Amino acid sequence: MSDLDAAVAAGVLGAEADYRTLLQATVEVARAIFSARASSVFMLDEDADELVFEAVAGEGEGDLVGRRFPSSTGIAGWVLVTRQSLVVDDVSADARFSREAASSTGFMPKSVMAVPLLVEERALGVLEVLDRPPGARVTLTEVDLLGLFANQAAIALDLLQRGRRARAVLEGRGELAALARVAARIESGDATKRAAALQLLSALERLV
Amino acid sequence: MSVPVHESHEEELPAWSLPAEASERIRLPVAWPERVTREWAWGGSTGAGIRVCILDSGVELDHPRVGPVERSVAVLREEGEIRVVEDIEGDLCGHGTACAGIVRALAPECELTSVRVLGAGYTGGGEILLAGLAWAIEQGFHLVNMSLSTTKRAYVERLHELADRAYFRRTVLVASAHNMPVESFPWRFASVISVGSHEDADPLAFYLNPTPPVEFFARGVDLDIAWLDGSSLRCTGNSFATPHITGICALVLAKHPELTPFQLKSVLSLTATNVEGGP
Repeated sequence: MSDLDAAVAAGVLGAEADYRTLLQATVEVARAIFSARASSVFMLDEDADELVFEAVAGEGEGDLVGRRFPSSTGIAGWVLVTRQSLVVDDVSADARFSREAASSTGFMPKSVMAVPLLVEERALGVLEVLDRPPGARVTLTEVDLLGLFANQAAIALDLLQRGRRARAVLEGRGELAALARVAARIESGDATKRAAALQLLSALERLV
Repeated sequence: MSVPVHESHEEELPAWSLPAEASERIRLPVAWPERVTREWAWGGSTGAGIRVCILDSGVELDHPRVGPVERSVAVLREEGEIRVVEDIEGDLCGHGTACAGIVRALAPECELTSVRVLGAGYTGGGEILLAGLAWAIEQGFHLVNMSLSTTKRAYVERLHELADRAYFRRTVLVASAHNMPVESFPWRFASVISVGSHEDADPLAFYLNPTPPVEFFARGVDLDIAWLDGSSLRCTGNSFATPHITGICALVLAKHPELTPFQLKSVLSLTATNVEGGP
């Protein structure tokens, strides 16, 4: 879907809140399934080359969204650039990592499961699950399960990003933005005006 | 390049066709036993003389589980140009150190070199990876451990060319696979050895996968690995299965330096845990 198509759709639907809810639901389910202390989704901001907390369930839920750090920092950064999932237990064994993890999560996790969020050829971000129950030994089945959640989170994140790009187009002053605004007005106008507008639109379509 | 068996004669040998009088000159000794066993493949080997490159986040020098590191370089973008410079920062993440430690544990006398291609940020990382790999191939390492992959289509063609160049120059690329059906590279190329994880605790247990593209499974779950500041961590991931195969390859190549990448893969196939002994 092009940005313009998305813009037209967003003009009609106003989707950001829905996509955000979907993303939040994904981290909440991931946290519940793994009986974990927290789960988060980081989104890559390619322009700034930073990872941004986009959704958090559990510990840090209230205040972490929007926090940023360099895209190649720590476990999440490594998972992003290598596209490889990684599970680290006994995080506290490494003081440097613990400090870094604590400063980026607001608490001191003991274990981290991290998986890249991939849509086609793009790496959109990272899904993390922090602190499974003590003594829980990770299995490949769990790693695969996390991968399935990652697929879902990646789709939600992709939709969220498209929605934001669409909004940027809508809010822009470009000629294309006008098209999206027109679409939104047609959708919300009364039936008579709408029919007339659609008639005009199909005439325009024949013309172009 | 210290696997000179064919390469040193490269100029004299017929490269593109085989005239009748030349067939004698490319006669190769058959040294394989009737049955290829692990004892034949790497029994008594320590990996001595085999040069292994860890293409990763850098390697921490003086880590007790890594031991001596022959050379450590970083691939950086400076003033718009990508350069390979001596690395003074070591490991930026811990991951390269972990991979180096796994190879060292299996092949205690191999020579390790670190090429840091990670840590410079997400953007531009693909170019740095390609430059680092090209450099490693030029250096003629026997093995390059690549516990990483890219999904960017823009890099696939060049990466593929590099993987084939490595293959023909007898530099074996050992690459981490994905545990999901993801289109990422270079592990999907047939010219590399691709590795996923199994759950056994035996570091020498590895399985031949009859349904590629993941070709082998090696130990990758709940591992005690080397990490930053001389420490250790418990980790799980295909990125740690990969250096197990790299280490085993180092053992085999040290004992049988004449093996081409194609033959090395055959030896791995014949000595895999699910193949050895047979039904």
